[in-house]
Amino acid sequence: MILAKVTGTVVTTISHPHYKNRRLLVVQPLVMEGENQDEDFIAIDNTHAGIGDTVLINREGGGARQVLKNPDACIISVIVGIVDSVHIDSASN
Amino acid sequence: MLFGRVHGTAVCTIKIAGTEGLKLLVVQPVNRKLEPVGTLQVAADVVQAGPGDLCVMVRSREAALAMPEIRFVPVDLALVGIVDELNVKPDGTFDLVLKKGTNSFT
Repeated sequence: MILAKVTGTVVTTISHPHYKNRRLLVVQPLVMEGENQDEDFIAIDNTHAGIGDTVLINREGGGARQVLKNPDACIISVIVGIVDSVHIDSASN
Repeated sequence: MLFGRVHGTAVCTIKIAGTEGLKLLVVQPVNRKLEPVGTLQVAADVVQAGPGDLCVMVRSREAALAMPEIRFVPVDLALVGIVDELNVKPDGTFDLVLKKGTNSFT
């Protein structure tokens, strides 16, 4: 799972049945100081997250299907948590 | 999942069994600012997108799962949605860097 910031919303009227009535959000992975930014991607919302929230994302199809309770869902990234705080040990590199 | 801009169509007369009837589109993966990322790719279409459309795409095994009925097909990129509205905050709106110590987000 990865930590990311929700930076946008996506509206699709024509979409695959598995995506119907689900919110799509644009997310940007968080990085450590001095690291380069990763590419942004799209995730399905399962936690009522909104723009500006820091979220926990499951980026693997098997886990996503389990979370969405659909063994055939064609979805990879699912937001599974809203993060309150992160502590990074100051001794770590 | 990622964004893609449809650039054209690809036609194959000879293809592996199970993929007959699938519509193939040439797409350019793009980021949230709609800037191209990487090279052109071919995606299987299930939402009847057309050239110029901005789409949501899904990669890997899940692309094959998006196909109607037959799901054991060699497809690794599928178009699953056509974007009508995209609302993204500009760069710099949010702090994307984790600092040492406690980062509070609430």
